[in-house]
Amino acid sequence: MNAVELKDISKAFGGILANDGIDLTVKEGEIHCILGENGAGKTTLMKILFGLYSKDSGRILIKGQEVEIKEPRQAINLGIGMIHQHFMLVNRLTVAENIIAGDEPLKGIFIDQERANSEVEKLSQRYNLKVNPAARIENISVGEQQRVEILKALYRNAEILILDEPTAVLTPQETEELFQVMRKLKRNGKTIIFITHKLKETMTISDRVTILRDGRKVGTVTTSETSPEELARMMVGREVVLRVDKKARKLDRPIFEVRGLSLHNKKSNLYLKDISFTIEKGEILGVAGVEGNGQLELEEALTALRKIEQGQIILKGRDITGLRTRERRDFGLAHIPSDRLKRGLIEEFNLERNLILGSEWQEPFARRGFLVKRAIQAYAKRIIKEFDIRTSGSQAKAADLSGGNQQKVILGRELMRDPDLIIASQPTRGVDVGAIEYIHNLLLEMRDRGKGILLISAELDELRSLSDRIMVIYEGTIVAEGKTEDFTEEELGLLMAGQGLEGVG
Amino acid sequence: MRSIIGLLTKVKNRSTITELLYSLTAIVIALIIGAILIYFSGHDVWKAYYNLFYGAFGNSYNLAQTLLKTTPLIFTGLAVAIGFQSGLFNIGGEGQLYWGAFATAVVAITFSHLPGLILILLSLLAGAVAGGIWGSIPGYLKARTGAHEVITTIMLNYIGILATTFLLKNYFKEAGPVDQTRMIPESARMSELIPYTRLTWAIFLAVTVIIIIDYLFKNTSLGYDIQAVGKNRDAAEYAGIRADGIIILTMALSGAVAGLTGSTIVLGVLHRFITNFSPGYGFTGIAVAVLGRNKPWGVLLAALLFGALEAGGMSMQLFAKIPSDLMTIVQGLVILFVAAPAFIQLLSKSLRGADQSE
Amino acid sequence: MNEILESIFSINTLAAAIRMVTPIALAAMGGAFSERSGIINIGLEGMILTGAFAGVLGSYYTASPWFGVLLALLAGGILGAIFALFTIKFKADHVVAGVGLNILALGATTWLMQVIWGSRGSSPNVNGLEEISIPILRDIPVIDKLLGTQSPLVYLMFILVISGWFLLFKTPLGLRIRMTGEHPEAADTLGINIKGVQYFSVILSGVLSGLGGAYLSLGHLNWFSMNMSAGRGYMALAANIFGQWNPLGGFAASFLFSYTDAVQMRLQGLNLNIANELIQMLPYLLTIIVLAGAVVRSRPPEALGKHYEPGGEG
Repeated sequence: MNAVELKDISKAFGGILANDGIDLTVKEGEIHCILGENGAGKTTLMKILFGLYSKDSGRILIKGQEVEIKEPRQAINLGIGMIHQHFMLVNRLTVAENIIAGDEPLKGIFIDQERANSEVEKLSQRYNLKVNPAARIENISVGEQQRVEILKALYRNAEILILDEPTAVLTPQETEELFQVMRKLKRNGKTIIFITHKLKETMTISDRVTILRDGRKVGTVTTSETSPEELARMMVGREVVLRVDKKARKLDRPIFEVRGLSLHNKKSNLYLKDISFTIEKGEILGVAGVEGNGQLELEEALTALRKIEQGQIILKGRDITGLRTRERRDFGLAHIPSDRLKRGLIEEFNLERNLILGSEWQEPFARRGFLVKRAIQAYAKRIIKEFDIRTSGSQAKAADLSGGNQQKVILGRELMRDPDLIIASQPTRGVDVGAIEYIHNLLLEMRDRGKGILLISAELDELRSLSDRIMVIYEGTIVAEGKTEDFTEEELGLLMAGQGLEGVG
Repeated sequence: MRSIIGLLTKVKNRSTITELLYSLTAIVIALIIGAILIYFSGHDVWKAYYNLFYGAFGNSYNLAQTLLKTTPLIFTGLAVAIGFQSGLFNIGGEGQLYWGAFATAVVAITFSHLPGLILILLSLLAGAVAGGIWGSIPGYLKARTGAHEVITTIMLNYIGILATTFLLKNYFKEAGPVDQTRMIPESARMSELIPYTRLTWAIFLAVTVIIIIDYLFKNTSLGYDIQAVGKNRDAAEYAGIRADGIIILTMALSGAVAGLTGSTIVLGVLHRFITNFSPGYGFTGIAVAVLGRNKPWGVLLAALLFGALEAGGMSMQLFAKIPSDLMTIVQGLVILFVAAPAFIQLLSKSLRGADQSE
Repeated sequence: MNEILESIFSINTLAAAIRMVTPIALAAMGGAFSERSGIINIGLEGMILTGAFAGVLGSYYTASPWFGVLLALLAGGILGAIFALFTIKFKADHVVAGVGLNILALGATTWLMQVIWGSRGSSPNVNGLEEISIPILRDIPVIDKLLGTQSPLVYLMFILVISGWFLLFKTPLGLRIRMTGEHPEAADTLGINIKGVQYFSVILSGVLSGLGGAYLSLGHLNWFSMNMSAGRGYMALAANIFGQWNPLGGFAASFLFSYTDAVQMRLQGLNLNIANELIQMLPYLLTIIVLAGAVVRSRPPEALGKHYEPGGEG
């Protein structure tokens, strides 16, 4: 019996085909991986199945019955549940409220709070998904939030569960726990569709894999009959070198130093405690950690976007603690922010304007406060060419570029300023494999040219292949620091989860 | 390469044309609704709209009346548009223009011995500074405490009007039953362009300010910073632009331009400060800015339209006996329709759909 | 000095404040519902004004003030529906549309007043709502002076504010409203009809503000005058923020404003050696001070003012 059959599904956004005649068959009770790069159309396809997007053409069959799914309500009634990559949770509401909303147990005309809590409790025990029903979402960990997302679907009696990149925010250990939950759900007869771009996970958990590329289906294979290499080839369309070529480096003099940096983020109640580290010329220092453990605060503190309470920041031998953001930038600090749309770009500005962001008062782009259009345009064209930004021209709005090209705009702007220290936070988030390779090589090139780089990333593979040294941040404290080759992936995972090295045994 | 640039300019022009078309459609719909209201209140629609049009453009006197009504709306509309450029909604034009008018009158009277042009320029400066200071208060409150400028500017309107009235009554009042200052000296009055119309060269000052502000936003670093803060405050701060300062500065600039509204009315029209002299220029300025898409030249066109509606509305009231408040309804409708481009898109889609089905 | 203290702390001032708080608290609660569902509602002012006008109109034509109240509810609801249509369906910027709605309401009421009564200043007198007195409250000293005999709409306001709190925080609909304003996509993925929730909330805000307007014209003065709302909608908006988007908090904040206003009026009556203009500023100054102090601590719904389009096109 097939749980889900999608036939010839197509969907276009503003003239670009996100899904182009995709067929997909998912058998009942299997774990089916949808594998593809960013922008391959995986999420779009699943959002169509869940009724969040309307398809342009094609048919959907659930358990052999042809159905129309125009909104999530219908999908829910058909027994489909979706766990989204960006959690669909309301921070200010409790775990129980998030789970029951839309299907609330009643006492008269009021919500039956006790029954809500007890039902959540019951479900959570049955599937071994530990949560506290009365806690507010904003006060619980990312892992727990994900459990709430799964419970939301189970509360609605979902038989078919779609998990969209669920491991992106988890440590290796949490990922293993999630896989156990998935296996348990499978034993209980649930069908699971698992969206990912990670080959290793696909090989570990799935029964079958469907590969998508550029909005089209490349093929469906049985996991036990394939290899990571074959999957990679199908996913990218060419042979991929998954290793980067990193040259050995010699010791050099320190260029950046942080001493005893401490601060308190009142909003999230996170304390950065006594952070100290040094970066040498031509060195990449990686920061590993589960998101929300102080990486953002660190990034902001170093760029003067957040006030610090204690500590010293020293660049090229000069104490820059008292300098403002602009002054630090002008003194040689470049910043690739973690949230590119929130901070890195002004989407409504064209590329010319975006590329002089931060230099808008400086020669040759401005003279005595008046912009010099010719110089700006020439500069923009140079960056577009040198950084291979695919765009209709320097007048195009940043909003019209793909994620990878937007990231190249930011890199171009920051690196053309010839900085001495680069703070690169999640530099490859949400970009395709081609752009990832490009950005990795660019960062290594900068390192070889003697720049210091602080690389903050949630991708362990990225950190391990680029960094010379790695430090692990957990709840605002640096819990370990050492040469990259001194850590195994498992050790890093445990450290990120707050368990000391001595626990490894 | 050249062809790409050419193509881009075309696209850019097309979007400007689309915006113009949207605005025109919004005006037409609002006027149609106005016509329906006239019809159901038992009046002759043709007679009403004839008088509206004739009153606005019929002869040189009427045209002068339209331009006279346009002038303050250019200033207040521009003030709102400046605020919008940094993402701020300045509803405080009314209070700011009262301060502008008050300061101008006081300076013109106090320094009456100065020669004409210098006195006028000094009085204008005083009005801009006073309006600017009043405008910077909600800017400061927004930057420092996050208090929404919509509410603070409205409250400061009441306070500004009360405060200038208080100062007038207690320190500058001319003897007599009316709460007003002395007349400003002849030398401080702006000269008329057409005799007996009270239309002065203030209209040229207004257009000059439009040119300056347009240049500021397109060609200067400061204009860049203001727009950066307005379009994405986080990104602006990331790049080291001090958003708090920019917000205060923008509101001060906005207030200064609003202040000039009051200055030009005192120097060109009333020749003194009188309590409650403004019929709500500050509020109409919002409609002007919205209709003008917050672009300086758009503001000019929109102010012209609203000036015509006001001047024409007067003659409509006089000759067709239709309360000119109808034009306030039209203004409200124009704002609603212009604010909702999706409405016009839906409308044109359904019209096209009807075409195809026929 | 004693006179001043007396006017500030007297029972009569408190009683006046209770009367004056009614329209503001009702509109503030309307603001709470609208904004909890994600729609910024600057249009409260126009909704109050329209309600006040419709109230007098209804009473004028039927001689029944209760029919006037009904018409005010209806008019407020219609204005709410128009506002909802523009902000939700046509995706108008909430603040700009709200300002447009207020100008429209001001123009329409002033124009209709002239068309119907031939006067731009104010309407003729109509039958207003009689005050009623509540037996139990009437027998308690002090409380009697405050609440013993009041307009029926004052009592209704208390009932509505309390039930509004229950509706928002204890019922499924309330949970869905709050979820929609915080995270519409999350609500959507749970099968919640977010547009339905938003239409309901915005129309409710119109109905409540309309009722507030009816109190102004029928429970207070028995006639309508141009721009009668006089900024109460904006006060309500500030009260809603200060009251943390909660009907009870909104009431408390509204009461603070009305109380200041009542004190201000009594001070004016004392012929003190202070200019009336300065006394009149008090409520506006207080609003600014309170807002500047409150905003730092308050946290609006996360999706407030944003448009969300299910189906991925938005």
